Amino acid sequence: MAHAVDHAPAHDDHGHHEQSFFMKYMWSTDHKMIAMQYMFTGMLMAMLGGFFAYVFRMQNAFPGMAVPGFGLVTPADYNMLVTNHGTIMIFWVAMPVLVAAFGNFLIPLMVGCDDMVFPKLNRLSYQIFLLSAIVLIAGFFVPGGGFGGAWTAYPPLSAVGVYNLTPMGSSFWVLAVALEFVAFLLGGINFITTSMNSRAPGMKLYDIPIVVWTIVIASVLFMCSVGPLIAGAIMLLFDQNIGTGFFNPAMGGDPVLWQHLFWFFGHPEVYVVLLPTLGIVAEIICVFSRKKLFAYQTVLYTMFGTGILSFTVWAHHQFISGIDPRMANVFTITTLLISVPIAEMLFVYIATLYKGSITLSTPMLWALGFIATFLIGGVTGIYLGTAGSDIYFHDTYFVLAHFHYTFFPIAIIGTYAGVTYWYPKMFGRMLDETLGKIHFWLTFIPFNCIFIPLFFLGLWGEHRRIYSYELFDELWKYQGIRQFATVALVVMLAAQAIFIWNFFKSLWSGPIAGPNPYNANTLEWQCPSPPPHGNFAELPTVYRPPYEYSHPDRKEDFWPQNSPV
Amino acid sequence: MTPIATTRSTAGLPTGTLGVWWLLGSEIVIFGGLLCSYIMHRLSHDWWSAEAAHTNVYIGLTNTFVLLTSSLFAVLAHAAAQRGDGKLAARRLWYTIAGGGMFLCIKAAEWTIEISNGMTISSSSFWSFYYTAAGIHASHVIAGMIAMAVVAMDAAKGKFLHRVENAGIYWHFVDLVWIFLFPLLYIAK
Amino acid sequence: MSDHAHAAHADHGDAAAHEKHYWKIWLVLLVLLGISFAGPFLEIRVITMVTAFGIAVVKAWLVAKHFMHVTAQPKFVMYLMGTCLVFMLLFFAGTAPDVMEHEGANWTKPNPHGVIPERALHPEAHH
Repeated sequence: MAHAVDHAPAHDDHGHHEQSFFMKYMWSTDHKMIAMQYMFTGMLMAMLGGFFAYVFRMQNAFPGMAVPGFGLVTPADYNMLVTNHGTIMIFWVAMPVLVAAFGNFLIPLMVGCDDMVFPKLNRLSYQIFLLSAIVLIAGFFVPGGGFGGAWTAYPPLSAVGVYNLTPMGSSFWVLAVALEFVAFLLGGINFITTSMNSRAPGMKLYDIPIVVWTIVIASVLFMCSVGPLIAGAIMLLFDQNIGTGFFNPAMGGDPVLWQHLFWFFGHPEVYVVLLPTLGIVAEIICVFSRKKLFAYQTVLYTMFGTGILSFTVWAHHQFISGIDPRMANVFTITTLLISVPIAEMLFVYIATLYKGSITLSTPMLWALGFIATFLIGGVTGIYLGTAGSDIYFHDTYFVLAHFHYTFFPIAIIGTYAGVTYWYPKMFGRMLDETLGKIHFWLTFIPFNCIFIPLFFLGLWGEHRRIYSYELFDELWKYQGIRQFATVALVVMLAAQAIFIWNFFKSLWSGPIAGPNPYNANTLEWQCPSPPPHGNFAELPTVYRPPYEYSHPDRKEDFWPQNSPV
Repeated sequence: MTPIATTRSTAGLPTGTLGVWWLLGSEIVIFGGLLCSYIMHRLSHDWWSAEAAHTNVYIGLTNTFVLLTSSLFAVLAHAAAQRGDGKLAARRLWYTIAGGGMFLCIKAAEWTIEISNGMTISSSSFWSFYYTAAGIHASHVIAGMIAMAVVAMDAAKGKFLHRVENAGIYWHFVDLVWIFLFPLLYIAK
Repeated sequence: MSDHAHAAHADHGDAAAHEKHYWKIWLVLLVLLGISFAGPFLEIRVITMVTAFGIAVVKAWLVAKHFMHVTAQPKFVMYLMGTCLVFMLLFFAGTAPDVMEHEGANWTKPNPHGVIPERALHPEAHH
């Protein structure tokens, strides 16, 4: 190809010259460094989001008390904290860590090439992402304070300054979200193109590890769904700042249009973050039960099916927005349908575990924890996807608990599973297993203690986004339950210190991991830990599918993808 | 330095071209979301046709002609690049860029007339859509012109000739969007 | 450049013929543009719709096929573009019933006639 000739020799200078600190850590085009940038930015944002949760839960449980570390929470603060907790956790934690960090780190390693296909675009993607985070945080400090109109930003509340009282903060918020979308569009195009075009020789479609597939499908879903919302964000910015009337019925617009633009993206977005976690869990379960993934091809088709179905369910978020009841019927049916492929995925994981030789290592605990908690999240979703029952449940703590039973397993448990599993590859050392297990149980148990009570509060009619329940006699009697959930939250947040301690302690003094500590098959374990610039000493060739564990014809119970015999 | 990854083409077309196609996929849904919203409003507001009567179909016609012609030169530049004639490809790309510049000038004149006649972006929802849709399209025209200028300067030195096609594909897409904007904004009164 | 994508273009001797072909397509596009411009002068709504949007689709297809060479790319390119378009149809189908509805059993949008600009109500006065 003419193309290849233009750029040869491509690989001459890796590892030859020492790069300056700035070039190495801030301006790098290396996919592993960009993955680390995404991961650490995401984790810092997670601390911010977690702190917000702590502050508003304290106000919720002990109204009027000066929250240690924050002070008195005003109603405006409360709205701002709730809104930005949601925004940060979804757009600045789940997306960058699950899709961008793992995508950047794993895709080139797992498909056996030396970097992303567009390294500079990759760097630009992170820089725009960082800028978006800065814009978001800057929005907390403008006159009027940060945006408090909920993370879904429904107009007219979000569009009219006199209603939300944060005319500048809401524009910063919309701008930050729009920039973040651009960053992930660039990143997503990179992921898709790399996995399509740059696979190692011999790696056919069914030889690609599931986690690469999931990140690619997630990127495609993101790319196909985010467009209307990018247009919508521009429309909302214009409504806020230059007096257009896209969402203002008095000028001929329609506020429900925003809800459609938002949820047409917002619902596929659930699957954008769910799929990478499903992939991470699949990798971990195969390695730690020493079994081939049950029904690889079916899993693949199921994921494609889930992706397509996820575009047909969005209006189940709007059952009480005054949408056409006939459409509500359609969306109820599609919403219930989409639980079928997801349930199938969980069955596939259980079938993979069945009769495996299971090692309950820390990553495996997280993976199993994901299956257990996500199951509860999925089952409670059935009630909300049905228009009839959703009219009662809408905007109660039942919705909130359901949502957290899906997103916490996805974003937090999935991330911990991935980080503890690939930590040896990322940093070349092993994490402490004992600390890891203590951290797991001190996260898993308090998590359930927070949200199971909230299901019941929701069933009893407790509305969400309420600053204080003191004036609601029939709800105030449940205050003890709110306090219990808040104490559980504080315990869970405190337990994260164990992880941070473990993370940094192992970075300096953990046992050296070696290239393949788990005897895994996929290509990332066939290069040094941590992989050098350029990844592989010699770019690998692939001979077989990724999950050939415990093959009857072999002495070892694993069979690396690049091993010729 | 370019990674080896960039030079592979397992999917059967070069990475740059593949990247551009995926970019276009994401652009389809951006414009798609906007234009779908426009059409819904257009169909449900009868009074919009009276507003649309104020758009100048002759200016729209001229601009469509300009963009179609610039697209022709983009594909001719691709033909020249295929023969390895970088100089000719660069010259044809500059014609395309000139077409884009002419399009923007005509657009600016058109908007000046409309705004001075009191039809601003906040006049009514029709004009909000009119300026937003054409404005987002114009920002794509500007982006395409910058990209083509970079490609043309390299192509004149005989470098990166494969990029001529990629820039062209993007430009044709910008043209395609206008092909739909023209009847939506100007013809259907 | 890509040998897969442009097998038809590989031969340099054909170059002049290809350029001629591009000019021809351009001429066809201009004729179609003329028709879509002339359509509304018949003042029949159906014909205007056909000449405006039917021809836009034809023009778009000509540009995609002959200028972007979409049919000469690997198949998935067409599938990708088609999928994105289908998703937009889906978006339209799910959204239009709500956005195009101006009143329901218990609600109504503010009467748009209260805010229509004067020139939209009396267009002839402003011409």
